[in-house]
Amino acid sequence: MVRPLGFLVGLGFITALVLAIFTTPLKNEPNVAYSFVKHPRHLKLASDGLMPHWDKAQLQRGMQVYKEVCSACHSLNLVAFRNIADLGYTEGQIKTFAKGFQVPSVNPDTGEVATRDGLPSDHFPAPYANDVAARAANNNAIPPDLSLITKAREGGKDYIYSLLTGYQNPPANLPTELKPGTGLHYNPYFPNLNLAMAKPLADNQVTYADGTKASVDQMSKDVTAFLVWTAEPKLVKRVQVGWAVFFFLLIFTVLAYLSYRNIWADKKH
Amino acid sequence: MSFPWAKPYEPKHPLMKWMDEKLPIPRLVYNATGPGYPVPRNLNYFWNFGVLAGAALMIQIITGIVLAMHYAANVGVAFNSVEHIMRDVNAGWFIRYAHMNGASMFFIVVYLHIFRGLYYGSYKAPREMVWLLGVVIFLLMMATAFMGYVLPWGQMSFWGAQVITGFFSAIPIVGEPVRQWLLGGFVPDNATLNRFFSLHYLLPFVILGVIILHIWALHIPGSNNPTGIEVKDEQDTVPFHPYYTAKDGFGLGVFLLVFVALTFFSPNMLGHADNYIPANSLSTPAHIVPEWYFLPFYAILKAFTFNFLWIDAKLWGVIAMFASIALLFFLPWLDSSPVKSSTYRPLYRIFFWVLVADVLLLGVCGAMPAEQPWVILSQLGAIYYFAHFLVILPIVSRIERPLPMPNSITEAVLAKHAADTSSAPAAA
Repeated sequence: MVRPLGFLVGLGFITALVLAIFTTPLKNEPNVAYSFVKHPRHLKLASDGLMPHWDKAQLQRGMQVYKEVCSACHSLNLVAFRNIADLGYTEGQIKTFAKGFQVPSVNPDTGEVATRDGLPSDHFPAPYANDVAARAANNNAIPPDLSLITKAREGGKDYIYSLLTGYQNPPANLPTELKPGTGLHYNPYFPNLNLAMAKPLADNQVTYADGTKASVDQMSKDVTAFLVWTAEPKLVKRVQVGWAVFFFLLIFTVLAYLSYRNIWADKKH
Repeated sequence: MSFPWAKPYEPKHPLMKWMDEKLPIPRLVYNATGPGYPVPRNLNYFWNFGVLAGAALMIQIITGIVLAMHYAANVGVAFNSVEHIMRDVNAGWFIRYAHMNGASMFFIVVYLHIFRGLYYGSYKAPREMVWLLGVVIFLLMMATAFMGYVLPWGQMSFWGAQVITGFFSAIPIVGEPVRQWLLGGFVPDNATLNRFFSLHYLLPFVILGVIILHIWALHIPGSNNPTGIEVKDEQDTVPFHPYYTAKDGFGLGVFLLVFVALTFFSPNMLGHADNYIPANSLSTPAHIVPEWYFLPFYAILKAFTFNFLWIDAKLWGVIAMFASIALLFFLPWLDSSPVKSSTYRPLYRIFFWVLVADVLLLGVCGAMPAEQPWVILSQLGAIYYFAHFLVILPIVSRIERPLPMPNSITEAVLAKHAADTSSAPAAA
C-alpha cells in the first residue's frame, strides 16, 4: 500500500516540478549594477591567519582615526574605555583618555539630565542622542554602529578597507539610473554603488603621533585594523588557546588510536 | 534483549551487590555499553557517528546551559547580551563559539549517521523502529536549531523566523491564524523570542529522551553491520567494552580535533555576516538564507515555481519540503529488498551515490539567489530527490539481482583477510 501511494505522490511532485521547469524563464533579468560592483581588495593585517597578534601601534593609530574622523557620525557602543588596555595603554592613560569624553549622566542633586567626565568603565559615547537625530543629520540615513562592522559585512575587513579607499567619480558608461542622486556618493565596492556617506578621509586629515604619514590608504588600513579589534577583542587569544587545545587533543587522539589498535590486535575485523 | 552468549553481570564487591539489588544502574550500563553487550565484530568507522552525535548533544547541552546563565531573552537586550558573553564573560567567547559551531558539528555527524543508515540498509527489518525514532530526533534537531538561531536577535535571526513561520501562512484558511499563534503576534517580536528561548531550552532534553528510546530499540536486534547479515553466533561479535569503547574513544578524538579547528580558527565560517547586525524589522537583508544544514530542504522549497492544479507554488514548496523529510518515515517499506548492505546491491549502490551528489547539489542551490542556472538545478535536484525515494527505490528493490553473499559475518571477515594476505605479496 505504501509503495503505490508513494509512487503517486512522487509523480505529483515530479509533475509540478517539470511544469515549473518549463514555465521558468532560463534567462535572468539583466542586472546592470552587477557589472559595476567591484570585489573587495585584500587587506593583510597582523591579526590574520593562524599566528595572529595585535599590531598595537597600528591599533592606536586606528583609534585616533576613529576618534577624530569616524566618531563624528558613527557610534562604537560595544567598546568600553577600559578595553583599550589591549591597545597598549596604561591605566593612567586610559583614565585621562576617558576623561576627555563627556558621557550622559544625571545630576545627583537635582536629578536633571546632565553629562559628566568619562570613566574607564564607560563605553564610547554615541554621537547622536537617538536614531531620529542620526537620520536628521545624515540625509535620512542612519550611520551604523561600528563595533561589529568588520564581522557584520560580507567581505569583512577587506570590504571596509576597500570602501574607505574606493570613492571615485562614476564611470562615463554608468547608466543614468545608477548615477548617484543628491546626497549620495559613488563607490564601486558598495553593493548598491551609491551610498549616503561622503568620502570620509583626505590625506593628512589626522596627525599621527608616531610620525607615520597619514595618507588615505594608511588611515584606512589603520582604522580597519582597529575595527577588527573592536569586532572581536578576543581574536588573538582565541587562536592562541585554540593551538593549546588542538595539541592537547592531538596527543589524546594518538594515544586513543594506539589503545584501539592494541585492543583489537588479536581480532580480525 | 541481547544474545544468549552475552556476558552476564556478576557484581563481586558487596557494595555493588547491594546496589544491584536496590537500583541496578551498574547492571544497565554493563549490559548496554559494557562487556555485556555483544556487537558485530566488523563495524567500520561509519559506525562511530552514533556515539559522536550523542557527544555533540552533550556538548550543546552543557555549553547551552552556561550560555543561558548570561543570555537575556528580550528583544531590547538579546543582541547585546550575546556580545556581552563574547566580550565580558570569562571564556564566554569560547562557550558561545563552541555552541554555535557545535550545532554545525551535530548536523555533520547526524547527516553522516543518516547516510550510513541509507547505504547499509540499517532502516530495514528488524530495525524499523530505530530508524523511525531517528527521523523523529532529526525533526526535533531541526526545530531546536532553528529556534536557537533566532536567539541572538540579529538580522538573519529575525528574517529567518519571519520566513520559516511564513511557511504556515501558505496553508489555506487556517494558515495565517496558525502563524500568528506560533509567533504570538503579527511579526516576530518579544513574545516570539521568549517562547523560542523556552522551547530551545526544552527540546534538547526531549531529544535526549528520544535518543534513549532510539538506543533501547537498537539494543533489541543489536547493531547492523557493513555486510547487513544478522549476527548468527558468538564469533560474529565482540563485547562492546573494551572493543568499541576504544574505537569510539579514537573517533571522539578525531571529531574533537575538527570541532576545535572550526571553533577556534574559523568560528564564523558557517555563519552569516548579517547576523552581526541587530534585528531590524524595517530593513530586509538582500539574501535571506538559512543555516547550511537546512539548505537542501530550502532548495526544494524554492524549486516549486508553478501553480499546479488548485495548489499555488508557495504551498507546493511547503508541502514538498515537509514531504522530503516525512517520506523518510516510510523508507523501511518503500525499499522491499531483503538485502540490506549496498555492498551486495550493485544497482542500488549507484542510485545511493547519485542521491549523495543530489543532496549536495541541492545544498549549493539553496545558498544561491533565485537566479538561473540555480533555479533549474534545484528543480532537477528536487525531481531526483523525490524520484529516488518514491519511484526508483521501490522499482530497484524489485528488479535488482543482489551479488552472492557470505553465510555469516565471520565468513566475510575471514574472506577479506584471506584476500588481503594473498594480494599483498603480488602487489609488492
